[in-house]
Parts: sequence; C-alpha cells; structure tokens
Amino acid sequence: MSGSTLEIRNLHVEIEGKEILKGVDLTIKGGEFHAIMGPNGTGKSTLASAIMGHPKYEVTKGEILIDGKDVLEMEVDERAKAGLFLAMQYPSEISGVTTSDFLRSSINAHREEGDEIPLMKFIKEMDNAMDYLEMDKNMSQRYLNEGFSGGEKKRNEILQLMLLKPAIGILDEIDSGLDIDALKVVSKGINKLRNENFGCLIITHYQRLLNYVTPDYVHVMMQGRVVKSGGPELVDRLESEGYEWIKEEFGIEDETVGE
Amino acid sequence: MSAEVTTRFDKAYIEAYSDKNNEPDWMKAFRLTGFEKALTLDMPKPDKTRITRWDFDSFEHDAVKSNAINDLSELPADIQKFVDLKEKQNLLILKDNHLIYKHATEGLMNNGVIFTDLNTALKDHPELVKAYFMTDAVTIDEHKLTALHAALVNGGAFVYVPKNVVVEEPLQAIFWQDQKDLALFNHVIIVAEENSELTYVENYLATHDETKAVANVIAEVFAKDNAKISFGSVDNFAHGTTSYINRRGLAERDAKIEWALGQMNDGNTISENITHLLGDSSVCYAKAVSVGRGDQIQNFTAKIVNYGKHSDGMIFQHGVMKDKATAIFHGIGKIVRGGTKANAEQESRVLMLSKDARGDANPILLIDEDDVTAGHAASVGRVDPVQLYYLMSRGISQQEAERLIIHGFLAPVVNEIPIKAVREQLTDVIERKVN
Repeated sequence: MSGSTLEIRNLHVEIEGKEILKGVDLTIKGGEFHAIMGPNGTGKSTLASAIMGHPKYEVTKGEILIDGKDVLEMEVDERAKAGLFLAMQYPSEISGVTTSDFLRSSINAHREEGDEIPLMKFIKEMDNAMDYLEMDKNMSQRYLNEGFSGGEKKRNEILQLMLLKPAIGILDEIDSGLDIDALKVVSKGINKLRNENFGCLIITHYQRLLNYVTPDYVHVMMQGRVVKSGGPELVDRLESEGYEWIKEEFGIEDETVGE
Repeated sequence: MSAEVTTRFDKAYIEAYSDKNNEPDWMKAFRLTGFEKALTLDMPKPDKTRITRWDFDSFEHDAVKSNAINDLSELPADIQKFVDLKEKQNLLILKDNHLIYKHATEGLMNNGVIFTDLNTALKDHPELVKAYFMTDAVTIDEHKLTALHAALVNGGAFVYVPKNVVVEEPLQAIFWQDQKDLALFNHVIIVAEENSELTYVENYLATHDETKAVANVIAEVFAKDNAKISFGSVDNFAHGTTSYINRRGLAERDAKIEWALGQMNDGNTISENITHLLGDSSVCYAKAVSVGRGDQIQNFTAKIVNYGKHSDGMIFQHGVMKDKATAIFHGIGKIVRGGTKANAEQESRVLMLSKDARGDANPILLIDEDDVTAGHAASVGRVDPVQLYYLMSRGISQQEAERLIIHGFLAPVVNEIPIKAVREQLTDVIERKVN
C-alpha cells in the first residue's frame, strides 16, 4: 500500500447544537479517488469541514484517523501537516496578505525551520503551476482572495493543492460556479496530481465534474449518512435517473438533514 | 496639573532661549505671546478621553548641544536602520532638538528647494517662516498646548518647494530623542507652491524608555494650487513620553495631500490629523495605522473638511489593541455648505487582541450641503476565527496566521511609506509591538 489512509468511523457532527452528520463511515486510501454526491443540505460540506476542523463544527461522536493517528485531537495546522488538504467552497478573503506571501508561508509551514524554500525555487514552482491552471500571474501579488471572482478563487484553491501536494485532498464543491472552460482547467489540475500516493475526496452535487475527473468510488449522502456506495457507473445512473430511485429504495421522503 | 508647567518657565527664560538661538525679533515676540496665552488657556479636551491625569509637565526643555556627525556610519545602529545608507538621500537628523546631520542633493539646491531644520530656516528665511508659522493652519490660541508649543518650540524642519518644481526623491527627517527627560516641541512646516510635488517622511524615535518626557509636535502642510504632497511618518515615542501630535493640511484648488501615518508611540498619546480641502477638486487621503500595547491610552482623530466643490476626502484608520491598551479612533468627515459634489468617505477598524484591551471607532459625518456623496464603515472586532482556520488549514501555525492577519490589517499604510528603510522599520516596530 502507498500513500496515506483516511478513516472516518461513525462520525456525528453538530453545528450550533443541530446534528448534521448522523454516523458517516468512509475510508480513503492513497491512489483512490472518491466522489461524494447528493442533493443540497444532506451534509456533504459538513463532512469536509469537520475533517479539516472548522471552528463552527463540533464532532460529538465517532473517529477520524489518518494513518491510525487521531485527527480530532489535532489542531487545524497539525491536520494539514499530517497530510490533509481541503479546497474550500468559500475560501476566506485576507486583506493585506498577498497570495504569493501566503503560498510561501504555507509551503514553509510544511518544511523544517532553516529549510525554507529558496525564493527563486518558490517563484518558479508557483509560476509553473499558475501557467498550468491558466491563471493571470498578477494574481499572486493581489491580496488573498480579495476581489477574486468565483472562478479565480477556485483556481487559487487548486493552485494551493498543487503546490502543497498533500496525501489526502478534499475538494468541497470545487466545481460550483465554474463555467465549462474553468471546469476543464480545474479538472486538469486535479488529474495532474493523480498517483498512488494521493487520495482524493471530491464533494459535488453535479455530475459534470466527474466527466473530467473519474472517481474510483462514488458515495451518495442523504440525511447525514452515506446511503449508497458504488463504482463510477453510479454517476451515470444518477445522471440519467436522478436521486429519486435511491430515496425510494431507502424509503426516504425528505433527503435533507431536516430540523 | 497643567498650571504647573507654566510656572516653571517665565518670560526671561523664553527671551534668553530665543536670544541664544539668534532668532528674529518676531519669533521672540511670538513665543512670548504663546507663553501669555498658555497661562490662561485650557487644556485640549479630546472627545471621550480624560487627560486630566496625564503628565504633560515632567520634562526638560533645553538640551546640551549634540555633536554633529560627518558620516551616517557614526550613528548608532538603531538609528542607522531608518536610513537608506546606499542612496545618499535628502536627509535631516536632529538629535535632542539639534541638527547633527544634513544632506540635500545638488538637484534639490539648484531648484531653489529649501530643506532644513527650523532653527536654520528662522535665520536664513525669516519672512518665509513667519508667513506660515502658526498663521493659517494651526493657531496659537486653540488651547494651552498649542500656545505652549509656540512658546517653547525647540526643534523642527522647514520644507519649501517653489512653483513648478517636482522633487522626485523623498525628503526625510529623523527626530531622535536621546536625552531621557528632554521634551520635544517640534514644528514642521511644509510648503508646496503651485504645480509642485514632494514626498516627505518623518521619524520620531526615542532611545530611552520609562523616564517621563513630553512630546508636543505640530506639522503644518500647505499644498497650493495643483500641488501634490505625500507625507509619511513613523511616530515611535517611548513609554514614558506623553505626546500631543497635531498634523494639519490645507489643500487649495486641484491640490492633493496624502498622509500615511504609522502611529506607534508606546506612551499616552493624543494625535489629530486634520485636512481642510479649501480648493475645488482638492483631494486628501488620510491613512493611519496604530498599535496600542501595555497600559497606554490613545486618542486619535482623523478629520477632513470639504469646502471646495468636487473635493474628495478619504479617511482610513486601522488600529490593533493588545494587553490593556485603550484607544479611540474618531473619524470625522465634514462637508460645508457650498461644497457641491464633494465626497467624504471613511473607514475605521479596530482589531482587538486581548480581552482587557479597549478600542472604539467613532465615525462622524457632518454634512451641510445636499449635493454630495459620503460614506463610512467602522468596526471593532477580534481576529476572525474563520480566517484563522483558512490559513491554518494550509499548515500555518496559529501564531503565524495571526501575525499574517495583523500585518495584512496594517499593510494599507505600511505599503504607502515611500522610503524602503522606513517601511521596513515600521514593519519591525509593528512586529515588536504585537508580539
């Protein structure tokens, strides 16, 4: 086995006292691409945020392990250093901090003190990745995400993914708000990372992205649980038939987490 | 309290001080007028800060003469840092109120630019100084501290740029307090005649710390028709120094004044920055950042008054408060009747780093004209946990993430400081103060 393994066991998560995840089980290994699909309001993004340690989400039960280590005991930065990366649906805007300075600080955070990335090497790596993602180079001197269009923010998330090369990447609705050209570029960036040491969890409610990034496993979430798992053929069935058949199969009337 | 200060000095002292410095008669008379008014005028009353217990009294006024230096390498390392040593730039250094170093480029001299300490200007250009010294911008009788300033002024700089002259290289003045208890009554006058341009940067620094001292600093800045002035500063008086800082600008038709103020004092401070947009289409950008730490109390006022039609004023102030520091940021945009199409914008934000710190933003718009635009934004808050989460999710430690956010919060002013060495020093001062 190569790469890292992320294990999620019976995960229950609350936000402001309301339970959103009601027992999620999922294992992602190096080299595997998993897609989580499902309608809005079923807990997909909550799962991503809980794994990374968003301050508003509280894990009330269950475990998250990376290579057997307890992720829930880790601070957010420690989770990143353990190999996790979340491309966020709504990245924060940070005024006064240039994208370039932020990227360099992020890369250096993964290196030992005294072994910081040389400036020229950093610029070269950043420029190459930006070229690959067809990004305007001036963006690196703009303040982080400030005034970025939706598409620019998403590309910036993938840029970070490419530069930080995590063991496990989680992509939270990376395709929302992207036009088809941007979607192709973003997909190209994700596919470039595909290798036996990289595991990926792609959260989306559109099938479109999965036409460009083929998952090995597909999971459907409803009511805060994974209700159905399968291979890439599941994408095609959802594409043609929608979610109704799954709801019928499990006797679900309202697929959302509900009040 | 402040009655005390006037009893320590008398007319004879002031006359003798003026004579010793070979000042023109009008200056001596002006000082005496200031002294008389100081006896009766009240202390300033900064809104929402009680200063009755502040120590504006404990100081010495006259220093032993400081020795001039021939080369910047003779400066201590702490002072050298503020100078771009490689470039031989336009630079004045006053140590304990005395000029110790002056360099002006040949181009500057040939264009008729005056760039010198106030004392020399009073001897060489007395009429010019007289025309601007506490006449139209700051007046002698605003309150006790302005009157006392006139009476006791003991340092400063004078900058005069003639019509149509564009000074490309920045003019830098360093006011360095080395004698522990010495007061600085510093007066800076900057005049940009019609169609001229200049950039001026001043640094106030103290190499002592806890000893009680007083700073009473006034800058008067005049931008004539179509002139442009960029004014940068880093104030860094020590913890023991109680400061009154007053920077005022007058902008005439099509003139532009840009302030970039790094207000980094460690002691109690009243600082006001007021610009009058007198001429049509005149512009002022007043940007300031501050960091409060320890137990210091500070009161900041940024005010722009629009008189001219189509005049445009923008106030931007960001403050970081930690420990038990207290500060209030007044932002005042005023449009007087007749200032049609004028614009008054302001943004005041305070970032709190500890639960014992206190910070307030107090935005005020006073508008007497209908056909104008105006806006304000103000906020007081803590470091946004979601921003921290975002940075930390890339592996950045909490401490480093907070550092990035704080520097980012102050960057809009730091980046405006025109001299690289000063910009770096301001960054360092911020680093020292927030960590």
